[in-house]
Parts: sequence; structure tokens; C-alpha cells
Amino acid sequence: MSVSSKDLRSPLSRARGLGSAKEGVQHFWVQRVSAVALVPLTLWFVFSIARLATGAADYAAVEYWVSAPSVAVTLVLFLIATLYHSMLGVQVVVEDYVSGEGAKLTVLMLSKFVHMIAAAAGIFAVLKVALA
Amino acid sequence: MAQFKLPANSTIDKAAGKVHKAPAGAKNVQTFKIYRYEPDTGANPRMDTYEVDMDNCGPMVLDALIKIKNEMDATLTFRRSCREGICGSCAMNIDGTNTLACIKPCDEISGDAKVYPLPHMPVIKDLVPDLTHFYAQLASIEPWLKTDSAAPTRERLQSEEDRAKLDGLYECILCACCSTSCPSYWWNSDRYLGPAILMQAYRWLVDSRDEATGERLDALEDPFKLYRCHTIMNCAKTCPKSLNPAKAIAEVKKMMVERKV
Repeated sequence: MSVSSKDLRSPLSRARGLGSAKEGVQHFWVQRVSAVALVPLTLWFVFSIARLATGAADYAAVEYWVSAPSVAVTLVLFLIATLYHSMLGVQVVVEDYVSGEGAKLTVLMLSKFVHMIAAAAGIFAVLKVALA
Repeated sequence: MAQFKLPANSTIDKAAGKVHKAPAGAKNVQTFKIYRYEPDTGANPRMDTYEVDMDNCGPMVLDALIKIKNEMDATLTFRRSCREGICGSCAMNIDGTNTLACIKPCDEISGDAKVYPLPHMPVIKDLVPDLTHFYAQLASIEPWLKTDSAAPTRERLQSEEDRAKLDGLYECILCACCSTSCPSYWWNSDRYLGPAILMQAYRWLVDSRDEATGERLDALEDPFKLYRCHTIMNCAKTCPKSLNPAKAIAEVKKMMVERKV
């Protein structure tokens, strides 16, 4: 592409590259589905935490709140939707800005691990309180 | 990681700029600061200053550039042809925005008029960028009517409604202002097709006479070729023909979802 390029491939060959990956629409779609799910979940979460915080709730009160099945299930859903959506978003950012293939693969893999660990830890914490 | 170190010979040598004064007695002077790069000399680029007597100059930036080349400095290099906004040759970055020099009035610019080549492209000389890859990307989307049915004995018919779908798409003159204003294209132009090419792709996707819609969508469905568009909208903002490539890309993304969900 640059004038000084030593690459003797034709411009069309370079533009075509390795061709289409024939995927991407799935990522686009689930990013939107998780975004829509997060609208009510986030509103509920923020509202609930604000209510608990302003009500000067102690540890026992929060424990009692989390132990309600509907609250525990919604919290787990909130964690899954948030971390899944974040994992998809971070992937896009990394693909945008990390151009070296090795660095890109490493950062993408690290991001997946961190999101999975956060999800597992978060869900475990909710269940531990809810089922205690 | 992202490349933070600039390539060799890319930083502007501020001390090297030459100043070309306006003729004595000129009353209406506008100053042009123009990017100059001569690869043959091995020197870094510089900004030359030209004081143009606007009482003896046409109204557009291209008129001033031609006056500079004819009367002040014949070494200034730029592309131009039609001088009426239809060939796309004189696309450059003027006063901070990519546009066509031939339809950008000088009096819309307050202060010094800064003129650079289209951003983030290899520079051949002065205001002439290397658009080889951009044109190859256009060729890669196969911008022509594709059919399998036997050729008709007369024109291929199209309803008025279907023809109207091409409005806002066919007017594109491929000047590359939009693609070179797009940050996603700056970072990933080796794989991302960019707004201009994706709008041309949509122009053929939405053409009722074309029979290769599925094949075209297959070729575009790629995290890099298509999905690097993050609706930044620089393309629509900068387009000198007031077209909206971002909307065309959104329509392509909708078609992708439509055939899957």
C-alpha cells in the first residue's frame, strides 16, 4: 500500500487479503441483544443499590435482600449480561487498536479469561449469599 | 500494539518552510500554508507559506492553488481536473476538513488557510496521496452489475421505487474524503474497506437488477472488512457531496441481520 513497499503482490491481492471470515453478524447481533437486556437490568440494579444505600441497610439487610430468589436470579442475569457485553466490547476495542498479531491474540485471550473469572466469581458470590 | 512511533520522514520540519510574499501593493491578501514533501530530496516535509493576492484570484481554494503554481512556485504539486466537484481529483485536507479544493470557497476560511494532503495515506509528493490500495479495495467489491439470468433483449427494467433506492449512493465520486477522515480506516485500512467502498458495496446490494446479493453479503461479512465501522460519522460530516456513507453501512449491517435472524 505504501509507495516504498517491497511487496510485489498486486494491489488487488493485498486488498482481498485472506478473504471474508464469513462471520461477524453473530457478534453484532448478540452485542445488541445484551445491550437491550442491560437496559432494564441496569436500571433495576442501580435503583436497588441506591435504595439499599439510602436506607442505611446493614450487612444482614443486604444478605436478606440477596437471598430472595427473584433478586438472586436477577443479579446473576445482570452479571452475565454485563460481563458478556463487556467481553464483546473489549474484543472490538482490542481488534481496533492492537495491530500486532501476537499481541492481539494475547490480549484477546487475557480479556476472555478475565471476564470468565469475573463472571464465575460474581455468580458464586451471589449464590453463596443467596443459599447460605 | 498500535504504532505510536511515526514513520521516517513523516514529521514536519518547522524551520524549513519557505515564505512567498504577495506582490507589493496587493490589498486583499490571504495566507496559504501548504504541506510540501519531495521524496527525492530525502528531506522531511515542510509547510510553505504563500501570500496570495485575492483581488486577482478566483474564489475557490483550487483557484488559489493554480495561481500559486502558475505565478509563485511551479514546484507545488497537486491533482485537479474538472474544477466543478465531479471528478474528485482535488480532494485534500483544507482548514482541518477533507473536501474538494474546487468547491471550497477561500472566504469560508478564517485566518491562514492550511492545506494538507488527505490524512493517513502514503504521500507521493506535496498534496498527492497514493490511492492505489483504495482503488484496489473498490475493485475487490466487484462494483458492477452481476446476473445469472440470460441477458434481456432490451434494458433491464427497474421500478421507480427501486431506482429511488440508488439515490444518495450513485452520486459518490470516489474522492476518498470520507475514508481518509475515518479513524477506523486510519488504524485498519489494510483490512477495513472504509466508508466510500462500503457505500459502493451497498449501492450494488440494493440494486434490484443485481442477482448476486447473497454472494456480495458473504464477501462483506467479516469482522474487519465491514464491522470496523463504529458509526463515528466523520464520513457523513466531511463528504463534499453531502452523502451519508454511515447510513449505507448501517443498511448493510441490517441486511446481514435480516438474513440471519
